[in-house]
Amino acid sequence: MAKRVVIDPITRIEGHLRVEVVLDDNNIIKDAYSSATLWRGIEVILKGRDPRDAGFMTQRICGVCTYSHYKAGIMAVEDALGIEPPLNAKLTRELMNMALFFHDHMVHFYQLHGLDWVDIISALKADPKKASEEAFKYVPKGYNPIATGEDELREVQKRVAKFAEKGDLGPFKNAYWGHKTMRFTPEQNLIALSHYLKTLEIQRIAAQAMAIFGGKNPHPQSLTVGGVTCAMDLEDPSRLGEYLQKFQILADYANRAYYADIVMAAAAFGNEPSVVQLTNLGNFLTYKEHQIGANEWLFDASGYILNHDLSKFYEIDESKIEEDVTHSWYKDTGFRHPYNGETVPNYTGYVDGKSVDGKGNEVNAKVVNPQGKYSWVKSPRYNKKPMEVGPLACMAVNYAKGNPRVKKVVDEFLAQTGLPAKALFTVLGRTAARMLQTKVIADYGIAAFNNLVENLKSDKSTVTPYKIDTNKEYKGRYIGDVPRGMLSHWCRIKDGKIENWQAVVPSTWNAGPVDGNGEKGAYEANLIGMKLADPSKPLEVIRSIHSYDPCIACAVHVMDVKGKKLGEFKVDPLYGAC
Amino acid sequence: MNEATIQKIKERLATLKKLPGIGQKSVAEVLEEHGFTRRDFLKWSAAMAVMLGLPTKFSPLIAEAAEVSDRLPVVWLHLAECTGCSESLIRNDSPTIDNILFNFINLQYHDTIMAAAGWQAEENFEEAMEKFAGRFVLCVEGGVPTKDGGEFLTIGPHAETGLEKLKRTADKAAAVISVGTCSSFGGIQAAAPNPTGVKGVYQVINKPVINVPGCPPSAKNIVGTVLYVILFGALPAVDNFNRPKFAYGLRIHDLCERRGHFDAGEFVEEFGDHGAENGFCLYKVGCKGPYTFNNCSRERFNQHTSWPVQAGHGCIGCSEPDFWDSMAPYEEPLANHKFASATVDATADKIGATILVVAGVAIVAHAALSAIKNPKE
Repeated sequence: MAKRVVIDPITRIEGHLRVEVVLDDNNIIKDAYSSATLWRGIEVILKGRDPRDAGFMTQRICGVCTYSHYKAGIMAVEDALGIEPPLNAKLTRELMNMALFFHDHMVHFYQLHGLDWVDIISALKADPKKASEEAFKYVPKGYNPIATGEDELREVQKRVAKFAEKGDLGPFKNAYWGHKTMRFTPEQNLIALSHYLKTLEIQRIAAQAMAIFGGKNPHPQSLTVGGVTCAMDLEDPSRLGEYLQKFQILADYANRAYYADIVMAAAAFGNEPSVVQLTNLGNFLTYKEHQIGANEWLFDASGYILNHDLSKFYEIDESKIEEDVTHSWYKDTGFRHPYNGETVPNYTGYVDGKSVDGKGNEVNAKVVNPQGKYSWVKSPRYNKKPMEVGPLACMAVNYAKGNPRVKKVVDEFLAQTGLPAKALFTVLGRTAARMLQTKVIADYGIAAFNNLVENLKSDKSTVTPYKIDTNKEYKGRYIGDVPRGMLSHWCRIKDGKIENWQAVVPSTWNAGPVDGNGEKGAYEANLIGMKLADPSKPLEVIRSIHSYDPCIACAVHVMDVKGKKLGEFKVDPLYGAC
Repeated sequence: MNEATIQKIKERLATLKKLPGIGQKSVAEVLEEHGFTRRDFLKWSAAMAVMLGLPTKFSPLIAEAAEVSDRLPVVWLHLAECTGCSESLIRNDSPTIDNILFNFINLQYHDTIMAAAGWQAEENFEEAMEKFAGRFVLCVEGGVPTKDGGEFLTIGPHAETGLEKLKRTADKAAAVISVGTCSSFGGIQAAAPNPTGVKGVYQVINKPVINVPGCPPSAKNIVGTVLYVILFGALPAVDNFNRPKFAYGLRIHDLCERRGHFDAGEFVEEFGDHGAENGFCLYKVGCKGPYTFNNCSRERFNQHTSWPVQAGHGCIGCSEPDFWDSMAPYEEPLANHKFASATVDATADKIGATILVVAGVAIVAHAALSAIKNPKE
């Protein structure tokens, strides 16, 4: 008989998320539901406000990808007003952006996702000497491991052992230690545990790198419509030097720890079915990101691939982005372009049902109604097709397009691990892709810094002046690829005020419920077929969901309380709207 | 300094030493495990004394209090928020204070950090409610949706609303700390027209609440407040918005590095101009420093790396109630605006004296945190 497992809250993510899976007698997932359980309404709040304030407010969509929506909010307005910020401003924004990627990806792997791969209790049994020797096996050529010296590992072990002896593991309590799908040896666990602790230190450096030009982190405050405000920091060589040094520390750590640990995970987990099962949803969408020169991007693909096919790359057509709310807690049905979205909340809640609990018993719980509405997240679609977005999409689509930097890094990784390219389309591959994206930034991103320094020699401008004509109507959008994938913000300005604002965010693409055509989004589709070792400890599900780096506050944003039409203009494929 | 107060604290600490802990180890032991020397520890204590607005004379007492203080159970709830406050917290330093905090407080529930999920997370939560009833500190991140019964947020397999969960948790907490502007005053989602009816925590529960606003608050202010509770077993002295005076006692403007330019009448007229390149005052491009109570200009952010005004952008007033509405537009001066904080001026001056009296009187056994009373004057 079919059993259901409700997992709520999904912890170690940003925001509030529930996932439910339906299992057959062999504990194989037959169906899955993803439900976001919080809605905030920031776009409604934006209406009628000064367009110059939009960036500060959109930034508060998320405190994790804290810079992504800030930049998007500012750039959507610049696009609407037709402003081209000076190159200095663009490159300075990029330096902050790269600091964000380092921070986000490293914290995600070690602090949020890591505990799905690393068994802390097992690490206590490790031989530090053997572990120290083993660490050399996984680093890329030319690098030595970090934070894995024998004495250092012994200290880590001692510290955690003392912690464990007390009987109360605090934040580590009641996790799935000893789970059958944990595949690291005690020594490998110890290496990763040491990096878990080291990353707490490294992530502070990433935050500082952003704060040099951003004033603070999270929620930096140095962008303004037209440019950046940190003119003094840019003219101070010691500030530039500070950034350079921090970038180097981060890039170095990416290679010596992050890269190495993913190679280690590939070796250890390569035969664990739940992490190497091919994704059911084979469509991937991305947009160009990381401007490193006047006309150069690290990831230059704006397009998609279909059905896991790396041999065909398609360019994006912005007019084909739509959202559907058939199973989302809003009124209205059918697909709409974000400019024409109509969104009125319509909460119908959960229904009474049963779930396997943490002890393996079937107990009463609230469950989703699959026929009805069951999430605050909408279902974005491209040309009516569900798409996965995120670092995996960025790597796969850029690979398909033939981006030489991406090809080099991906091919080297595949060669070192002995995995085929297809292995990218798995839970393991998704986690690896996030690291590979970090590595491309680590290896090539410094070009943005060098170009900025070069440009500053002859050009001091940081802001492009502009005026908002209150008799004129404007519209514009931002599209980019932030740490969690393709992000777009769409705005319209009238009488000098924001008339309409819409954001279509990465986690919406991945976490949305089934659409009106019965097509499932990435979370739901890709869980199907996965076998659980123990339904009371659904680690496989959690590991899969974490591999997307869910950001749910980002995903639950869209609404117009009055049910007013959000746009009355037609979509233009060149400019998004006209 | 009042010798009698110091004597009183010493006596309290002597009493504390004789009390049983809650089965965990002392801060000093934890520090030792992390490789900190006694000297590091004393330096840290002195820094905390300054941070908390206490004379350095107090630093040995802080050290002593920390040593006899066992780990404090903490439950951290996420409501309508963006996780920026938790992110801010993990950036904390004071030599690797995040490590200290990780070990120092007994973190029972924090859904961004904890290893357990789903039913196991729920179990941790319920166990903490029972085992540490009346003794844990509740930190809340995020505002509370209240419209239509609070249906805009549910948590857990029984789909309990955030509002219900907060009330239930607050009932059993020894102290409640609102971390960030959202839990303090509602924050961004409560900005007009507040579509989900979001309120601050203090507006929906019947307990004294310490507000640590800021969007997000600096790690120092979060940790400083939690440490205050740990060290003194009491809530710090607060202003009339329930903000700890040690952090929110002065205006941004009071200690601003660009203050000299304000006094000299030198202003940035628009971003990117000569004034911007030379660090002139940002008032005319919208700086809300004169109306905002916080210690950003003194403590800065990210281990003193910078703060918005240093990066050339004015303060947007993020630690004031309703700042999303009252301080906008953020890049224009307030001029004739009305703003909630004007009334704070009168209460912002007595910081030192008040805090000491409260601290001295309220040092109670950490094991009996339920003795905490509202120190609001």
